[in-house]
Amino acid sequence: MLFPTTSPPPTPPRVVITGAGIVTALGRGWKPNAEGFRSGRTAFRPVSLFDVSRQRARSAAEVDLPATLPSTRLGAKQLARFDRAASTLLLATHEAWQQSGWEPAENLPFVLGTTAGGMSFGEAYFRQAAQSPLRHRHQPTRAVYYQPQVQARMILEALGANGPVTIVSNACASGSNAIGHAWELIRHGQAERALTGGYDALTELVFSGFDALQALTTTVCRPFDAGRDGLALGEGAAVMALETLESARRRDAPILGELIGYGTSIDRHHLTQPHPQGDTTLKVMQQACATAGVAPDDVDYINAHGTGTILNDSSEAAAISHWAGTRAATLPVSSTKANIGHLLGAAGAVEAVISLMTLREQWLPPETMFETPDPACHFPIVQKPRDAHVRVVLSNSFGFGGVNASLILRRWA
Amino acid sequence: MNRIFIAGMGAVSPAGWTVGALREALDRNEPLPTQTLERPGWNKPLPVRRVPNPTVRPEFLTHPRLRRTSPITHYVVAAALEATGGLRANHDPGFRLGLVVCLQSGCVNYSCRFYEETLKDPTTASPLLFPETVYAAPASHLAAVLGNISLANSLVGDPATFLQGVSLGAQWLEEDRVDACLVIGAEETNWILADALWHLERPAVLTAGAGALCLCRKPEWSTGVELAAITDAHTYSSQKNRTQAACAMRAQLGMPASCRPVVSQPNEEIAGRMPVLPELLCDGVGNGPRTDKAELEAWRDWTGPRLSPKRILGEGLMAATAWQCVAACDAVAGGRFVAANVSLVGSNQQAIGARFVRSNSDISHLSGGGPPGNIRP
Repeated sequence: MLFPTTSPPPTPPRVVITGAGIVTALGRGWKPNAEGFRSGRTAFRPVSLFDVSRQRARSAAEVDLPATLPSTRLGAKQLARFDRAASTLLLATHEAWQQSGWEPAENLPFVLGTTAGGMSFGEAYFRQAAQSPLRHRHQPTRAVYYQPQVQARMILEALGANGPVTIVSNACASGSNAIGHAWELIRHGQAERALTGGYDALTELVFSGFDALQALTTTVCRPFDAGRDGLALGEGAAVMALETLESARRRDAPILGELIGYGTSIDRHHLTQPHPQGDTTLKVMQQACATAGVAPDDVDYINAHGTGTILNDSSEAAAISHWAGTRAATLPVSSTKANIGHLLGAAGAVEAVISLMTLREQWLPPETMFETPDPACHFPIVQKPRDAHVRVVLSNSFGFGGVNASLILRRWA
Repeated sequence: MNRIFIAGMGAVSPAGWTVGALREALDRNEPLPTQTLERPGWNKPLPVRRVPNPTVRPEFLTHPRLRRTSPITHYVVAAALEATGGLRANHDPGFRLGLVVCLQSGCVNYSCRFYEETLKDPTTASPLLFPETVYAAPASHLAAVLGNISLANSLVGDPATFLQGVSLGAQWLEEDRVDACLVIGAEETNWILADALWHLERPAVLTAGAGALCLCRKPEWSTGVELAAITDAHTYSSQKNRTQAACAMRAQLGMPASCRPVVSQPNEEIAGRMPVLPELLCDGVGNGPRTDKAELEAWRDWTGPRLSPKRILGEGLMAATAWQCVAACDAVAGGRFVAANVSLVGSNQQAIGARFVRSNSDISHLSGGGPPGNIRP
């Protein structure tokens, strides 16, 4: 029952990660992404998915999809209903599923964050409805399959699993909120395991929207750089298999890392602008630390939201500096949006998997195009590839509408 | 287990801008008149039921954050203000309000306008429209208006998602993360949405609005209604079709097959001074044979009183399921039923049911009326 629920355990169980899948413009899967982020490679190129000839910005980080999707329980007819977004989600989920070693199951929660779901179908629906109003072919299919909950159901179907689907859409914090929500379901005894993550694909409407706001860089995406001039868009997906430590040990499953903290709140300052001093950012970082039982001194790296816009980065820099106090001077920070762009609803999930990579492989992802720090940055930006002793990572995500979220992950050793 | 009460309800619907207007429309038991919506490129317009203009311009529209917002935000704010009316008068400065906004189509008006502008000429597409296209926009604006939202989520899904939102709000209350939690379901009308509905369920009439429940843990804030149960989310799959999911939901509610005199939460005080009353079923049956089939099958043997708001109001997607819950709670709060069962059989995701019961809180302050007249015994 969703209510009343069983009484939560007196002590929340530890939640570990036993599977992780990632798809970005750097590649499909853990290995190419780890290599790319470790070396600081960037993945931007001219947009090929739609016409950007009349936009200010012309590039983004597009994913190269494979000619065929992984073999699952879905047939060709069902796979034909996958757009780019659903395809990236399937790839990431399949990788996480394989790695977790989970068997098909009933009642497996699937918690996803997205801002757009299958918007490419929505755009196609609109174009046909507006330009060929008497033509109805494909419209019923588009009207159903653009909906993210339908895409999520299809993914579960592909794995032979079934369970409650929850779609969180808190703009660019969606992925982190989804993971945080799944973590809470497990901690409160409502599930022993959950699949969770985020996904979004590049679409014309969203690209045009950020371009209209003049939020897109026309040069290079350089988060926290004094000379930054905007964000770059990307696309992709990341999914994690979360379960209780007890469940993982019972299965003798390899553990990739531990999710130990989550904080979320809402910044009421403005629909698209954060509070200048990052009040809510500070609050969610403190919340996440409180739930994790760690202090700033315990955190070895921050994967910042760091979009590359003037307002976001100065606000986040102020909040991190305030939160970290004296620790700030030696606390490495970077934003991997410098490599793969802003993945919107997928960003928080992708960045959580990148954080997991740093914990597993003991390196820090550099911003190789970074030049001059913003004056609000009282912390060092990782600029060059380097190995590091990483035990605890904090990952920030903030969205249009003001929802902020922080996740804290710990190395499993 | 903590008990969860309903502290307030709010509704904006084609019947008007209050729960009272919703109740009166349901009480009249006649489908509301339809209007037409021009569908570009078609000779024949599509039928819709629009939310009427308010008789007096709501004061909240003067809030600077609402200047350029689309109708869905107006509906969300109006329903929220009505649902939190009692609480806003007496809460302390440290009061923590949670917010869960549930949407299926969301901010479709500005999405269409912005994409239309993009297709015409992206260099002149309005930057003012784009931020209003995101699902999270109504929650953001409402948080700015109310000023005391500490935790917020926007959930997207089929219309049964509204009860996922209620369960999330209940969870936040149980964890003492908030003192009260607003759960809102909302939609707005647009020609593209009416067009999609025409493709998927031709007899259905699109409508819009919002429904809100304010949840709390304190009995003294209660309207006299308590959340007794929300079933599991019975997700559709190749192994479980809509009818099977609806039947599983109905079985999990564990209700009588007919009008059984039951007080679901044992309550000697109420049982001792009030006549034992039947349970209400508030279902989602409308005018769509294909969509209604699963739900009709699941409740085939139900002979008790039944309320079907969609038959009167139309297909309001997430707003419609929110109205179902509001109407069910209002019927219990009005004192004519000891319990109301809500059946949400979503279009493409899941079936979820809930039961609301009369609590032993003081309900003398309520102005709610009795059950709507279209409750069919």
